[in-house]
Amino acid sequence: MPETVFSRPEALQQVTTHYCPGCTHGVIHRLVGEVVDELGLRERTVGIAPVGCSVLAYNYFATDFHEASHGRAPAVATGVKRARPDLIVFAYQGDGDLASIGMAEIMHCANRGEKVTVVFVNNAIYGMTGGQMAPTTMPGQIATTCPLGRDVSLAGWPIRMAELISTLRTPAFVARASVHAPLYTVNAKAMLKRAFQYQVEGTCFSIVEILSTCPTNWGLPPAEATAWLEDNMLPYYPLGVFKTPGGEDRAPLPLGGRIGASHAK
Amino acid sequence: MAKKLMKGSEAIGEAAVRANCKLFFGYPITPQNEIPEYMSHRLPQVGGTFVQAESEVAASNMIYGAAGTGERVFTSSSSPGISLMAEGISYLAGSELPVVLVNIMRAGPGLGGILPSQADYFQATKGGGHGDYRLLVLAPWSVQEAADLVQDAFDLADFYRNPVMILGDGLIGQMMEPVEFKENRVPCKPLKPKDWAATGCKGDRPTNIINSLFLDPQVLEYHNQKLKAKYDTMSRDEVRFTEYGTGDDYDLLIVAYGTVARVCSTAIEDLREDGIKAAMVRPISLFPFPYEAVRRAAKKAKAVLVVELSCGQMIEDVQLALEGSRPVHFYGRQGGMLASPEEVAQKAKEVLAGTSQEVRHA
Repeated sequence: MPETVFSRPEALQQVTTHYCPGCTHGVIHRLVGEVVDELGLRERTVGIAPVGCSVLAYNYFATDFHEASHGRAPAVATGVKRARPDLIVFAYQGDGDLASIGMAEIMHCANRGEKVTVVFVNNAIYGMTGGQMAPTTMPGQIATTCPLGRDVSLAGWPIRMAELISTLRTPAFVARASVHAPLYTVNAKAMLKRAFQYQVEGTCFSIVEILSTCPTNWGLPPAEATAWLEDNMLPYYPLGVFKTPGGEDRAPLPLGGRIGASHAK
Repeated sequence: MAKKLMKGSEAIGEAAVRANCKLFFGYPITPQNEIPEYMSHRLPQVGGTFVQAESEVAASNMIYGAAGTGERVFTSSSSPGISLMAEGISYLAGSELPVVLVNIMRAGPGLGGILPSQADYFQATKGGGHGDYRLLVLAPWSVQEAADLVQDAFDLADFYRNPVMILGDGLIGQMMEPVEFKENRVPCKPLKPKDWAATGCKGDRPTNIINSLFLDPQVLEYHNQKLKAKYDTMSRDEVRFTEYGTGDDYDLLIVAYGTVARVCSTAIEDLREDGIKAAMVRPISLFPFPYEAVRRAAKKAKAVLVVELSCGQMIEDVQLALEGSRPVHFYGRQGGMLASPEEVAQKAKEVLAGTSQEVRHA
């Protein structure tokens, strides 16, 4: 009798993906689904979908969902959670959604200490609208609205959301992870699980920023995109836990060097 | 319950609590701050939740989230704040969620002023946000009526799964009048279980998704047509108005809503003392507009006078109702200035004397 060792989480629907080859949204969806399953939350979870590539997140999760307008997912999450504190509420947002148009909503949601979980996918670009510059686009990185590369003298430096949110006095769990290679992915899942666990316990607001690739809009094959993330994003967006509700100091991710990523250049 | 002297804003807040609304999300803006202030101390007394949002944009999205759980939810703002809420209102309408919104109108455009106005009629009844949608819009002329309409608004919102707006002005919010809240009030509409709400999908139930995104144009067209059918039902079943002096003969029909209609009712009494016969139709529902009532009442009149605290917005609906059958005249004040009974009476006399200019194109 064969034993099932790997299967689709109950919290995910059986559907085909619309994400591009090499995009890591699918990995992150799966991690969230696994965490929801492992904590036994599927039947009381409400997800909030953003505007961006993951606008159709509600097609992938086997949980109730609420589609938000651009950037407002933390406000919608606030409304759901305040109306029904017994529900587990997570918002799933990209970097244009969260760090640009939704900057006010995410900061105030975090500052009020809403007992919700935010999954923040940072791929340093606007994906769905066709590769425009995001607040997280790297210096010199080419995008359709900065064809010569991001000029920090005009567009400023990329915003580090995990660091910014962790300056707030209100207790929170703030972490940054990556899913560009398996070892990092294991760590990302651990961060997500802690983030959901804090909500289950009613402890605090939680956010996990997850670095993600966008081969299509970066103009790179998937393997090169993975290497580009490791070479360019990891030094600027350090991984680790930035804030915990107990107030412990920042703990860098116990991973060093260039492990995992394939260098296909 | 005995009558109690209450400020309009407090009566509106208490009416929401009486309608079993335990959630308020809002942002401060003059002249409606007494509503959130009232809710901030009243809701905790009944186990409810008050959240001061970071902006009206956020507030409109918080009520969108809360309404998606099926709980009753309420917000209030004033004109510039309603403009910022237009995003959430469009999503609420598109996702068919019930909420009650109060707009205590102030004068605009832009930052405008903080004094009473009716210059948001177009915004309330013709759109405000993007896309094909309608709000049910109710306009009270007294504190008692504001309290009654707020309670009805929650039932209407639930019945139609649609946002309902109470359109008042700074006078309604600020004045004090006796108010009575009836015990054991019966809902004005039958209420069904909210089996569409996103509250966690138990067992094999398909997921409930609160959504206004339809990328397939044919599917979106079906959705638009479904919404249109709902608005048509509202137009058929939810028309509300009162008539003032239409049982007698009259030469002039006044059409006015909200607090200005009270000014006009005083003007009508003053005119009768001068031997001039006027009557009034007062729309209570602005969407749906009482076209038939205005058309019918105008048949006995030689002319129609529209009075608004704006440069003339509802006048377009009056003209639609009359289809050119009667000359239409307009008297308006703007900027937060109020119309007095004397001014309305003087204008009425000019209309009937033939010295007022007819409005052909509003």
